[in-house]
Amino acid sequence: MTKRFGEVVAVDALSLAIEDGEFMVFVGPSGCGKTTALRMVAGLERPSAGEIVIGDRVVNDEQPGRRDIAMVFQNYALYPHMSVERNIGFGLRQRRMPRAQIDARVREVSELLELGDLLKRKPAQLSGGQRQRVAMGRALARHPRAFLLDEPLSNLDAKLRTQLRAELKRIHHLVPTTSIYVTHDQVEAMTLGDRIAVMADGRIQQLGLPQELYDTPANLFVAGFIGSPPMNLVPGRIRGGVLTAETASVACPGAADGEAVLGVRPERLSAAAADDSRPGFDVVVGIVEPLGSEVIVHSAIAGAKQASAVAAADGGTIVAKLAPGSQPATGARVRLAFDQASAYVFDAATGAAIRRG
Amino acid sequence: MTLRRISPRHLFLAPVALIMASPLIWMAITSIEKPNEARRFPPVLIPAGIHWQNYRNAVESAPFGAWYLNSVIVCAVVVVSNVALCALAAYAFARIRFAGSNVLFVVLLATLMVPFQVILIPTFLIVRHLGLIDNIGALIAPNLVNAFGIFMLRQFFRTLPIELEEAARIDGCNRLSVLTKIVLPLSAPALSTLALITLLWTWNDFLWPLVAINTESHMTLQVGLSTFQGAHQTQWTILMAGNMLALAPMVAAFLLTQRSFVRSIAASGLKG
Repeated sequence: MTKRFGEVVAVDALSLAIEDGEFMVFVGPSGCGKTTALRMVAGLERPSAGEIVIGDRVVNDEQPGRRDIAMVFQNYALYPHMSVERNIGFGLRQRRMPRAQIDARVREVSELLELGDLLKRKPAQLSGGQRQRVAMGRALARHPRAFLLDEPLSNLDAKLRTQLRAELKRIHHLVPTTSIYVTHDQVEAMTLGDRIAVMADGRIQQLGLPQELYDTPANLFVAGFIGSPPMNLVPGRIRGGVLTAETASVACPGAADGEAVLGVRPERLSAAAADDSRPGFDVVVGIVEPLGSEVIVHSAIAGAKQASAVAAADGGTIVAKLAPGSQPATGARVRLAFDQASAYVFDAATGAAIRRG
Repeated sequence: MTLRRISPRHLFLAPVALIMASPLIWMAITSIEKPNEARRFPPVLIPAGIHWQNYRNAVESAPFGAWYLNSVIVCAVVVVSNVALCALAAYAFARIRFAGSNVLFVVLLATLMVPFQVILIPTFLIVRHLGLIDNIGALIAPNLVNAFGIFMLRQFFRTLPIELEEAARIDGCNRLSVLTKIVLPLSAPALSTLALITLLWTWNDFLWPLVAINTESHMTLQVGLSTFQGAHQTQWTILMAGNMLALAPMVAAFLLTQRSFVRSIAASGLKG
């Protein structure tokens, strides 16, 4: 599937193939083109160049209704004048399916989504979570070849979101339909996606398994986007195959001399003893957030030269995820050390990864 | 129904309402007075007795039934065609991007600023060319669609969430079924408003039917009633009785649609 979008290049030469039954997630910040890409697959926008193929058919010129896809919208888009039952059956009625079969389908999805008691209600009489389930039911009832989900959970509160996320996963397990899921939430992306396409500026920055994106980010953007809290990125300089960033030095054999960025995941940092020989940062501890199972420590690099743009964006701070009980007090000077092997190095100019993990 | 508490505002509003209603009340009273009571000054506000005879006279002294029927036919056709045609045009202006749509819409709006008196004679010439003069077709053809109705519905359609229409298209609707199955059911308040306004305009229209119709039996109610008003003598009681009969359907239509406005607004819950 290849698509390009002209004029305001919202989606720039995006090309990817989604396997049958795969749950693909497009994730990225707002305005990165992920929703536009989805709407082109749906047929709600016309690609200015390129081809969209569903199954073995080029569908560029087909109306949305003929593409045999179903879409779940962020604001649910339930038909307000129809009961839940009629909402779910609407697409089937449009396709002139026999009544008995429609009833059977409606019953099937209402069981799957536990909507049995709500079938006679109007959308206005439902809570947000219920509406979202009805919207999913409407899509499921169609038995489409592909599901398109446009930030379906982002209008819900945090608790409901987690609950429905699990439900989505369960449904996809039961009904493994090819799906494209658009979200700006990397946690949703990681938990739901078979594969994830991280997008920025209309381009796919990296496409891969969730674990791959976490373990081996292709560039600075992916490194900063995937993972919570995000990876620490500290500007430095490579000289003679060694990167030095602040107080930390990491070997990167074969790399050319020049500006570079050192990346370390918060969970790879630990408070070092005085005789620790591993690389590390000397920091002054700022805010400490005890979460019970772990402690998030925000700290400032002692005497940091906030030279590059990366450092300015990052505020020259280091975030560490430490084991509970071992947290330093606010204002303390500590050394946060990490293993050589867990360090990432990125080219400062292009953002591309030089050394991965 | 419960009486709301009386607030100081009502002390102001009640007399204003009375002033607004007074011509109507006077008309109702005159319609049941004897002719000599109606001519007296100061006006007789409490007639000696109820003189229903006026109504019978009004109906019998003219082809009242034909006028009524003409008015009903003209209104029914004009209201139905306005709602249908304005909805189609309005949806195209609201949602379909086509070459020149904005220019066309501005031209359409501009026609709203032309008073009917200006186009009376051209309209007459066209209608005569169509061979419709002195026929109720003359009252229907120029009024089948109205720029105001297109404008009003377009504005309303644009307030509906576009996602509903996109969802319907993905569910297999074409443009026309999106309009009939999603947009129109959600536009009940706007459609009934348009129907009511069109009904009132058409029912009360006087100038054009006066110009276009000559034969007494082809007249609408409003033109017919005016024949009660002679150059030398006016039968006020009969005229007012006829007016009451002409007014009744409009009051009924207003009360009916008013109730459906409230219901449709309360039930729509557009936030989907």
